[in-house]
Amino acid sequence: MSKKILTVKDLYIAYGGIEAVKGISFDVCEGEVVTLIGSNGAGKSTTLKAISGLVKPKSGSIVMGEDKSLTGLSTDAIVAQGISLVPEGRRVFPNLTVKENLKIGAYLRHDNLDEDFKYVYSLFPRLEERNWQLAGTLSGGEQQMLAVGRALMSRPKIIMMDEPSLGLAPLVVKDIFGIIEEIRKNGVTVLLNEQNANMALKVADRGFVMETGSITMTGTGAELLANEKIREAYLGKSKTN
Amino acid sequence: MAYLLAGISAGGQYALIAIGYTMVYGILRLINFAHADVFMVAGLLMVYLTTSVPYYIAIPLVILITVLVAFTIEKCAYSPLREAPRMSVMISAIGVSYLLQNVALYVTGGQPQVYPQMEFFSRTVTIFGATTKMVTVITPLLVAVLVVALVFLINKTKIGMAMRASSVDFNTARLMGIRINSVISFTFIIGAVLAAIGSMLYFNNYPSVIPTSGSMPGLKAFVSAVVGGIGSIPGAVVGAFIIGICENLLKMLGLTPFSDAFTFALLIVILCVKPSGIFGEKKIDKV
Repeated sequence: MSKKILTVKDLYIAYGGIEAVKGISFDVCEGEVVTLIGSNGAGKSTTLKAISGLVKPKSGSIVMGEDKSLTGLSTDAIVAQGISLVPEGRRVFPNLTVKENLKIGAYLRHDNLDEDFKYVYSLFPRLEERNWQLAGTLSGGEQQMLAVGRALMSRPKIIMMDEPSLGLAPLVVKDIFGIIEEIRKNGVTVLLNEQNANMALKVADRGFVMETGSITMTGTGAELLANEKIREAYLGKSKTN
Repeated sequence: MAYLLAGISAGGQYALIAIGYTMVYGILRLINFAHADVFMVAGLLMVYLTTSVPYYIAIPLVILITVLVAFTIEKCAYSPLREAPRMSVMISAIGVSYLLQNVALYVTGGQPQVYPQMEFFSRTVTIFGATTKMVTVITPLLVAVLVVALVFLINKTKIGMAMRASSVDFNTARLMGIRINSVISFTFIIGAVLAAIGSMLYFNNYPSVIPTSGSMPGLKAFVSAVVGGIGSIPGAVVGAFIIGICENLLKMLGLTPFSDAFTFALLIVILCVKPSGIFGEKKIDKV
């Protein structure tokens, strides 16, 4: 197995007395696509928010690479380390233009962004056409593309995506997963939260199944996809594809 | 004509204060009640500083110290309440307002402090056949320059982009690597600079500064911001000019006692008819 880029150990997160995440441990290797699957309220989003520093864990550690601890760092410091999050519900800035949304993704960078604009526009030609439009006027699918493009503008080592397929038409979902493959080819590690377990496990090298705050199962994407329990719980019993 | 000029000038002075209200509201959703008192503090600073140093040193110094005051207020009274309900922050703002007034009362001993008359500002000029003070002519020009600079800052610079992003979504702005606290401090600093400049123009028309001197212009600036649509900078400026001009036109008609009442009547009408103001925030959220 290649080098570990992110190690989460014994992570506990509580919201006002309610434990959302109860001591999970997992790791992500460089260049992998790893997915956290599970139903609503399993603690997947909370886990990603904790890695980004948006919520403070009660205990446990989050380490990047060999020994760079992220626990207790502010969100901007974590972004500077090379971790960016595509938040749930896209969260593009509706009052900024498409181009400004991309520019703000590179907020901490002070070098030339031309290459990055070109790269993002090659992934999402639609965004280039809508360059000057306010992001609030885009369709849901376009907003998701913009949110992914925005996260790529910081040149992350790890890109985390929280439910990128939520509320999107099946064709758009297919596009988004195609892009995930594309991003991986460029050497970026992907950590993906998905309720759409079928799609997620197909692109993922490894998957972790979360249930009510704990990881209950792990395996490669193909293993989990073939697992009887998973198919029953998340994929629909009769589905065979 | 003289009344119209006076109205435009008063409007400009309200505008400089109103921008501070509207920008802080835009980013924190907080009505910063202490803003009017920061304006008064700037007035007192000018009184005290000009007794020992010449104008060209006193003016930048007043701006600098006013900025420090506003910055400290934000750090001590608002920043620790970032996660608290909005009402708590507002109560804190009211507290700061009284604190500043009482400190001013203590320092001045309750005596009105004579505001220094800058010879250049008070000089009489004749424009469009109306005789007026220099400050009346300078105010709208200065306001125009400052507003253009501010609009440029907000729309074309990186920090301006960060301010616009933070005003809609703190957490996502954080995910971009933006330090929210710096953006908020910066907003307070801009508000304080404009209030300090506004105080120099405003108090020049009045003989003295007392601890409650900030209240009336502060309230009118606040009404301007609401009339224009709080959160919007062009709104605050337009609202301020509307109020400044209307007040002075009422004075021209001999209705001076009603000019203040008019301002607040206008507030009530706006709140009833179009609560979001003339340039109220556009909602372009899409699910």
